[in-house]
Amino acid sequence: MKIRIALPASIAAVSMLAFAGNAVARDQIRVVGSSTVYPFTTAVAEAFGKASGKTPVVESTGTGGGMKIFCEGVGEATADVTNASRRIKKSEIELCAKNGVTEIVEITVGYDGLTLAHSKAGTPFKLTLAQAFLALAEKVPDKDGNLVANPYKTWSDIDASLPAVKIEVLGPPPTSGTRDSLHELFLEKGAETFPALKTLKEKDAKAFEAVWKSIRKDGAYVEAGENDNVIVQKLEGNKDAVGVFGYSFLEENTAKITGIAIEGVEPSYEAISGGKYKGARKLYVYVKKQHVGVIPGLDKFVAEYVSEKANGEEGYLSQKGLVALPKEEAEKVRKAAIALDVLKPDLTN
Amino acid sequence: MTDVSVLPGSHPTRRDLTSEDARARVRRRYRSEARFRWYGIAALVVTTIFLVTLIADILIKGLPAFTQHSLSIDVPVTAEMADPEGNRSEQSLRSGDYTGLVRNAVKAELGVDGRVATGHISKILSTGAGDALRRAVVADPSLIGQTVKTTALLSDDADLYYKGVGTVIERADGAAAAKPSDVKGEITVTAPGAFAAEVASLRERAATTLKELEAQIALYDGSSDQAVRDRATPLKEQLPPLQAIAANAAAELPLDPHISSFLVAINGGIVKVSKLSGDVATGTALIPLKTADAAAAGTWQRVTYVTPEADRKVDDSKVAFLDRVQTDGNVSRGLNTLFFTSGDSREPEMAGIRGALVGSILTLAVTLALCLPIGVMAAIYLEEFASKNWFTDLIEININNLAAVPSIVFGLLGLAVFLNFFGLPRSAPVVGGLVLALLVLPTIIIASRAALRAVPPSIKEAALGVGASHQQAIFHHVLPLAMPGIMTGTIIGMAHALGETAPLLMIGMVAFIVDIPGGFTDSATALPVQIYLWSDLPEAAFKQKTAAAIIVLLMVLFVMNGLAIWLRKRFERRW
Repeated sequence: MKIRIALPASIAAVSMLAFAGNAVARDQIRVVGSSTVYPFTTAVAEAFGKASGKTPVVESTGTGGGMKIFCEGVGEATADVTNASRRIKKSEIELCAKNGVTEIVEITVGYDGLTLAHSKAGTPFKLTLAQAFLALAEKVPDKDGNLVANPYKTWSDIDASLPAVKIEVLGPPPTSGTRDSLHELFLEKGAETFPALKTLKEKDAKAFEAVWKSIRKDGAYVEAGENDNVIVQKLEGNKDAVGVFGYSFLEENTAKITGIAIEGVEPSYEAISGGKYKGARKLYVYVKKQHVGVIPGLDKFVAEYVSEKANGEEGYLSQKGLVALPKEEAEKVRKAAIALDVLKPDLTN
Repeated sequence: MTDVSVLPGSHPTRRDLTSEDARARVRRRYRSEARFRWYGIAALVVTTIFLVTLIADILIKGLPAFTQHSLSIDVPVTAEMADPEGNRSEQSLRSGDYTGLVRNAVKAELGVDGRVATGHISKILSTGAGDALRRAVVADPSLIGQTVKTTALLSDDADLYYKGVGTVIERADGAAAAKPSDVKGEITVTAPGAFAAEVASLRERAATTLKELEAQIALYDGSSDQAVRDRATPLKEQLPPLQAIAANAAAELPLDPHISSFLVAINGGIVKVSKLSGDVATGTALIPLKTADAAAAGTWQRVTYVTPEADRKVDDSKVAFLDRVQTDGNVSRGLNTLFFTSGDSREPEMAGIRGALVGSILTLAVTLALCLPIGVMAAIYLEEFASKNWFTDLIEININNLAAVPSIVFGLLGLAVFLNFFGLPRSAPVVGGLVLALLVLPTIIIASRAALRAVPPSIKEAALGVGASHQQAIFHHVLPLAMPGIMTGTIIGMAHALGETAPLLMIGMVAFIVDIPGGFTDSATALPVQIYLWSDLPEAAFKQKTAAAIIVLLMVLFVMNGLAIWLRKRFERRW
């Protein structure tokens, strides 16, 4: 007798599927992309939804995954906006163009500082980019400039002024956008400070890239998962460990952890916004201009994102940990975004 | 090990069971048995400890999230802020700045003014602080112009402060008469001899710092390396002020955020002290004083916020505000109903589980509707009708293999087939349900087959014997008896589906969705996804929300598994 109920139910389910295929025109903006930008875009989406009624759906797929979905094509079935914790690549623009996505609007939404931090209970210290490179890279130059396996076990091995504790850095895994930033902001810049590596860069760019793109695997660098909160929690328990995560997590946890000054600059809102802090990266949002006018409210969503109320120095995004662009640049971005200026294929503005 | 052994070639002898040797063997056997018992108990204890720790951790973190603090306050509703268009239309009333009204009321209550104080109050109120007032005014526009008592939601930081993530506040009466110099701004409070205790502890701290600094300088100076000696120079610059304090007993001592904050509560205001000597406290008024008259001994207080300002999320001004409204009795802790009635939000105090719960229910409904009939049919066919040959064997092996396929693979399949080929919408529960149906189908088929097999063949044979067709025998006799087992398997499969996130990632259900889904094709997310998304947000209050969502998920799983056990107990037949 169970069958008599279950059978119609399943028929209903299957027929429902058939209807779902030709669903009504979409009235909800769809955003995909970076998990780093997710906390900010969701805040904008919520504010936008409160005013307009339909809150955009924001997916957290990672920058690369977001680009793939974004570049799938034009039409209601595809995403309207993608978040990115790095700039769009040429290859991605080409992929987009191949699928008909030819009009992309780029919005620089602000900065995210990549911070190194440790527990308040630990010994405070400062690092230079070169020291950070020596602590993290798999291969480092020795006195004669030859590349050797990283010999440094404690921070004081690198420099006598640093504390004599074991190097233990908790950071993101290779799948994370934060990890890319760690390589580009700290390791690449750190590597360039060594004359030997600088000559290597000029002679053999590929080999140089291999140097800053490989992190040591002898246990000094611990991959602690995509979740920055987990790293913060681990720092609380281990006073000698150093964590790598976004500035917003440092800001939220100032009671428990302290940021490490890089090149003499402490990670702070002002230092990142003013460009003094070396470990800062720009965050981007890309909008499909071809969807403006098709998906209701897309242009208003863009306007909300760049509004003073959201993206200004006192805006709600800065309370969520996003570091606003300097005034002039912010004004430029705002104008371009509201005018929906299209990104040129060669990535120049 | 046997006690009676017959060796080849020897003739069986009766062993002497009382011999020392035999008794030792018996003792060994008992010991081994006792040891085994202990292993079992130890295994149980370890599991219990893990489980209890896990659950206790989740409960401790999660339970506070089920309550929420709010502020009850009288708000004068002005027409220009509540009704910006001035026509009393519903749209105009809805767009009014009610949080602004509440903020102004709090400012008036505390007697504070200025941009900085406004900023602080904005941070202790939720962005949804005016929501209750908005509802009241929209329902009854005649409230405009009146003073309305409303409950305003407090922000996550304020809520956490009241839940104990703030600071201990110590108060002591001032022992001498105190005279403030002004009512607001920079103020000096003169009270001869009243601050002796604080001054003593500050002097001690300064002395310790001085000693540490001198030791460090001595260490650097003693080095043979010039680079190390250079490091002493900036430290030497820090010496003079500390030395001045040590030399002069009447010197003003500075306070900084790395030590407990010291404040003076006098004439209805609060002064945060930045410099202190034995008789005079200099600082800023966080809450303005009512008068600048002298206060007699015992009518004013010395207040200490024990946790240093640098070590907490709420700064001294906010603590002063929060402490004031609490001592006035305007803060109440109530059940966090928003958590059960609203969808996701980026403000922790307004984020709710309902969207995810409804999403999970819709998804599981699709899964159940698909995989129960298909799973049971497949099981019946394979068990009762299919002939045993290499082809059915192959199917069986594949079903078993399918049960072990990582769930992300089903997500990729769902993306390729349901989204890209059939063009179903992203993030829709119907797609989630389809993908999860694929995931639990093997489990249900295997469980159903086992349940069917467990029905004694005599029942089917008896039915066939009295002339029932094969189909009648199965549908009328075997299937009803196997149903409890099938239901149990199905519910456990459903519980498995309820906890899955990986396949949902691919089809766009890992998303920020505020609106509660109303149908199978609306955008939705699911309970475990909501847990994952919250756990990744920086705000401390979301950690509690994460744990609270885990509690909700566990409760749902608990109910489902309980139902499975109940069904089995209720309908199970033993032969």
